[in-house]
Amino acid sequence: MSLNQLTAHELHDKLKNREITAVELTESVYQRIEEVESKVKGYLTLTKEIALEQASAADTGFQNGDDMPPLAGIPIAIKDVICTKGVRTTCASKILNDFVPPYDATVMEQLHKQGVVMIGKTNMDEFAMGSSTENSAYQITHNPWDLDTIPGGSSGGSAAVVSADTAICSLGSDTGGSIRQPAALCGVVGMKPTYGRISRYGLIAFASSLDQIGPFTKDVTDCALVLNAICGKDEMDSTSVDVPVPDFTQSLVNDVKGLKIGVPKEYFAEGLDDQVAAHVQNAIADLEKLGASVEEISLPHTDYAIATYYIIAPAEASANLARYDGVRYGFRTEEHTDLISMYKKTRSEGFGQEVKRRIMLGTFALSAGYQDAYYRKAQKVRTLIKSDFDAAFQKVDVIATPTTPTPAFKIGERTDDPLQMYLCDVMTTPASQAGLPGISIPCGFVDNGLPVGLQLLAPPFAEDVLFRVAYTYEQNTEHHLRKPEINSSKG
Amino acid sequence: MATITTEGVSHVANLARLEFNEEETQDFTEQLARILDYISKLNELGTDEVQPTSHIHPLHNITKPDVVKTSLPRDEVLANAPEPEEGYFGVPRVIDTE
Repeated sequence: MSLNQLTAHELHDKLKNREITAVELTESVYQRIEEVESKVKGYLTLTKEIALEQASAADTGFQNGDDMPPLAGIPIAIKDVICTKGVRTTCASKILNDFVPPYDATVMEQLHKQGVVMIGKTNMDEFAMGSSTENSAYQITHNPWDLDTIPGGSSGGSAAVVSADTAICSLGSDTGGSIRQPAALCGVVGMKPTYGRISRYGLIAFASSLDQIGPFTKDVTDCALVLNAICGKDEMDSTSVDVPVPDFTQSLVNDVKGLKIGVPKEYFAEGLDDQVAAHVQNAIADLEKLGASVEEISLPHTDYAIATYYIIAPAEASANLARYDGVRYGFRTEEHTDLISMYKKTRSEGFGQEVKRRIMLGTFALSAGYQDAYYRKAQKVRTLIKSDFDAAFQKVDVIATPTTPTPAFKIGERTDDPLQMYLCDVMTTPASQAGLPGISIPCGFVDNGLPVGLQLLAPPFAEDVLFRVAYTYEQNTEHHLRKPEINSSKG
Repeated sequence: MATITTEGVSHVANLARLEFNEEETQDFTEQLARILDYISKLNELGTDEVQPTSHIHPLHNITKPDVVKTSLPRDEVLANAPEPEEGYFGVPRVIDTE
């Protein structure tokens, strides 16, 4: 295998033993980018110059025999929603086409302390609004397992580049499933940590009560290493929570004996692809064979979660995106007659259709006369959704479900019907609204070769349980080792 | 819950500082009506006794000491402004002069 195909923990050992250099590793990633990026289109910006400087700095540390952190010299890709000082950050929107942040997000500062190598910024649905990465204002990212299909979204670029081995790992953000869903569809590991685990400072806001940054990796061990690097209370984000940050690698234990896994019957209902259901059920049966106990549970308000999500998230977005007014940063229209027309034309020319649709939906749900009927109502049903999980976790340690109802669908298949696209998120939004941590891991492939994801959910701040279950499953299966050939289904 | 009309869409667009042509207004009206129709399923649930959740952690009024710190330099902040003017953010005239 070439270096770019390895995991961060394998590479760390080779770097530490001086078998390889970080510069060689970085070159191998860019070599791979030259080979396949024109097909995958996962990156919006490549930062090779910076990457090679960072790689040399890491090499100096390794050569000096310094005690180097686990991610030192590791090539990582960053979703273009995370502010990177001096590097263009667009949110895949025309309205931020020329935006160069004057500061780093807190997660970037944390990664730089580790000495990572930043390969580039990844494509996404504009402002993280979408489930297929087709809402990018710049390009469509293709799923490495079948180039005619979508990689999922909104962090589709971050998932695709890890799957295509054009990065070792990446960061994404998850508001209603935007890490777990593309991880499942691209056959990689993706985690949304507990809301409040990771600082959102410098994460360009979509829905502030839901947004959370998290890793995409090639295996569960790497996921723990990346999470270790980016957790913690940050005074720049008052919603980050001051709880102890354990060393998550301690939870990488190949043993699920005594753990109780709940399987919510509502997640195996109409609309779930038969093959996806079969692979997920097999995975749960495997965990049972490995010593976990499995019981059926009920999360009765699951069916309402898309409706609440598509009020709450757009409502918060409509407030957050008010800042794009053509004054302080970003695009400004050429033609205007006064201040108000400048605002309107700037926003109408700068935002794409889905972003406008959500701003409209959110503004409507918050407008005079409708706020109680929509926004307030959705917040109350959110309480019921959260209570379902609270009750379930009285009985079980972890919940197992499919991550998505279907494998990756064809590019263009759902773009005409916003509601159909929203329904992609049916398995992931409930946990987001309850603030729970979730992980998606590969658990099989359907007949045409597309990957299937197993979603595991745990109580707030119980990421350790997710790591234990996911690691045990991974150690006893081989799905995570399979690599895509990067072809289209037409051949 | 209500249905949405083209007049409603134009009103909301104005609140959101967006503007649409006739065709877009028609499209948004149809799309939003479908989405709102789907969302109306929430009315199946009685929620009179339920407290709303705006945030999943019980956080209230987080304060921190008022410490003076260095801000970003003015030129760095203005570097992203579309029309900076003499060290300020330039905007179209908002006060009429006679």
